[in-house]
Amino acid sequence: MRGAWALVERDMRRFRRSPMLIWMSLFMPLLQLVVLGYAFGGQVKRLKVGVVDQDGGLPAVKIQELANAVAANANTFTTIPFTDRGQAIAALRRGTVNGVLTIPPGFSRRVLAGENPRIALIADNTDNFVSASLAGSFSGLLAAYNAPPPSTRRMTSEATLETVELYPYVPYIQYLLPGTIVMSIFMMVMIGGGIIFIDDKARGLHEGYLVTPISKLELILGFNVSGAIKAMMSGLMLIFVGSIIAGVPNPLDPMRLMRLLVVIGVTSVSLVSFMFLLMVRMEDPLIPRAMFGIINTILWFPSGAVYPQQAFPQWMRAIAVVDPFTYAVNALKALLLKNSGFGAIGFDLLYLAIFGALTMGAATMLFRRTL
Amino acid sequence: MKAAIDVRDVTKRFGDFTAVDRISFHVNEGEIFGLLGPNGAGKSTLIRMLTTLLTPTDGSATVGGFDVVTHADDVRRTIGVIPQAMTSDLELSAYENLLIFSKLYRVPRERRRPLIDELLAAVELTQWAHAPVKNLSGGMRRRVEIARGLVHEPRILFLDEPTTGLDPVSRTSVWEMLRRIKQERDLTVLLTTHYMDEADKLCERIAIVDHGKLMALDSPIRLKAEIPGENTLEVSFSETPDGWAETLRALPGVDRVEDRAPVFRIVSNAGPTTTTAVLRAAGDAGLTVRSLAVESTSLDDVFVHFTGHQLRDGLQEQSMNEKRVMAMPRR
Repeated sequence: MRGAWALVERDMRRFRRSPMLIWMSLFMPLLQLVVLGYAFGGQVKRLKVGVVDQDGGLPAVKIQELANAVAANANTFTTIPFTDRGQAIAALRRGTVNGVLTIPPGFSRRVLAGENPRIALIADNTDNFVSASLAGSFSGLLAAYNAPPPSTRRMTSEATLETVELYPYVPYIQYLLPGTIVMSIFMMVMIGGGIIFIDDKARGLHEGYLVTPISKLELILGFNVSGAIKAMMSGLMLIFVGSIIAGVPNPLDPMRLMRLLVVIGVTSVSLVSFMFLLMVRMEDPLIPRAMFGIINTILWFPSGAVYPQQAFPQWMRAIAVVDPFTYAVNALKALLLKNSGFGAIGFDLLYLAIFGALTMGAATMLFRRTL
Repeated sequence: MKAAIDVRDVTKRFGDFTAVDRISFHVNEGEIFGLLGPNGAGKSTLIRMLTTLLTPTDGSATVGGFDVVTHADDVRRTIGVIPQAMTSDLELSAYENLLIFSKLYRVPRERRRPLIDELLAAVELTQWAHAPVKNLSGGMRRRVEIARGLVHEPRILFLDEPTTGLDPVSRTSVWEMLRRIKQERDLTVLLTTHYMDEADKLCERIAIVDHGKLMALDSPIRLKAEIPGENTLEVSFSETPDGWAETLRALPGVDRVEDRAPVFRIVSNAGPTTTTAVLRAAGDAGLTVRSLAVESTSLDDVFVHFTGHQLRDGLQEQSMNEKRVMAMPRR
């Protein structure tokens, strides 16, 4: 195995002298974590709602007071009064307001008569997030409006739901962290493994190795072990830096770190093997550069790294089933967000190990000891 | 003399294209042997088969007594290879490149350092041992490659186009270095080249290869001697009497005479005899010879004689042949 270690040593010496490679493989995923984490993780606030009160009665005033209370506290929206419904809708079309609340004439009379009173929210549905947020906010507002006065009876016959959260609140940036770690591993595998492998091959460096008495097994090990070491370094760095940025509680718990190291190791080997299978017969250095963006998209998004897989269409869920990212992300979520033990990630580790073994087996069969 | 390399009817085909066609030769121990031909001639394919990088389609070859197919690892331990491309790691230093290769060749730990120091001194790179290879000039990089090829003390050294892309000064320096290292280490050297002067000055025997076939094989002097009209004499006289060109034409060995009186170009197939006869004839006629230049036959003439075309014509074909080989399915 001395030949394999010589190749690993060569790669590590080169890696040490390529600080740009190290920083890029860390910086890109971290940037993505921060930008995506804060872009998608926050609640929608500071919307503008035009209010057209065509009724003017006491119940209508009460609705407006509740809306003003939301504006003053949760700050989901602020209200802008309009006297004319047409003007309000024109403002909505111009984008001056995000929604228009119309309290129709006769609303108060219907309330008092118990005749199914209605108010209308006209929303700009070209932005689903905004319209859904406004609809949710006004539904809550109406629930408060409809709530009966506090009962003097201690027991009621109405069933209510109380949600108990098993874990501390997980902001979106923390939810995104496991996927970002897997992406940093994959980026290092792509740049530090795949592209360097093909570039060295094109420059004739492999020809230099092939005329030495190094065995096929040593060559394969040498190429892949160094790639896996670099990927692990990248993944571990992301765990430390990313956990601090995302505010993961108690990130340096030794037992959790030990379990994370195992997941990072198995993931790195698995993804390096996959990369080696893709590269083993490739000659043109431009092809990997062209295909890496596509592979990254195909593997990262269906993995559940950014959004729950349950929301995906059938074909995306089919990709997710075989996607190694799915299992790496799932294992890291279990460890980072739930602080679970090996029992919770056993299947993920098993899948990654089998995936790595199969891809490495296929790559070994395709690898040629001659030119 | 024992053969260090023995090649018998070696053939390499890529699909329908035959890159090397039943070539046979042997290289004696301690000899510098050159494969001369344009780049698409099949020299690199041949050297790749002898260095175990390609498997011959037909025929057999032994290097250092080992079969290149059945005992490839023994061959690899016996040979040092300096490929055509500069394949040293640019980010690493010359020392580190040699260190990594000494490990790949399983040089014992205690031998590594003294051996690397010795080799770097031999290629005059001690001063630059720890500079990244990317900072070295083309000639220095080639010297790193030569040192790297010797890091496990091989008996046989293969060099594929060792001076391609180097300036004339660096080329001469590499030639001198190779001669010295070969002498000091008692090496057998097989090199490929498309430079006539390189083959002429460096090699003890030359095989001319064209279109995958061996066209001629001998020492440069003998190859030149095989060609008729091997010398051209350019003689200038103080004055020339009428019919002097006819007198020159009648001299022994003269093939033809170009009359540009008072300068005459005499093409001869017996250079020394004709030269003596010209001087004697001038003396007998009372003429003074103002200048006399004898041009020897060059290897270029030899190449034309055996292949029917100039080496540069072959170079133009090179890219076409290379494209054809690249397009062939690998086996």
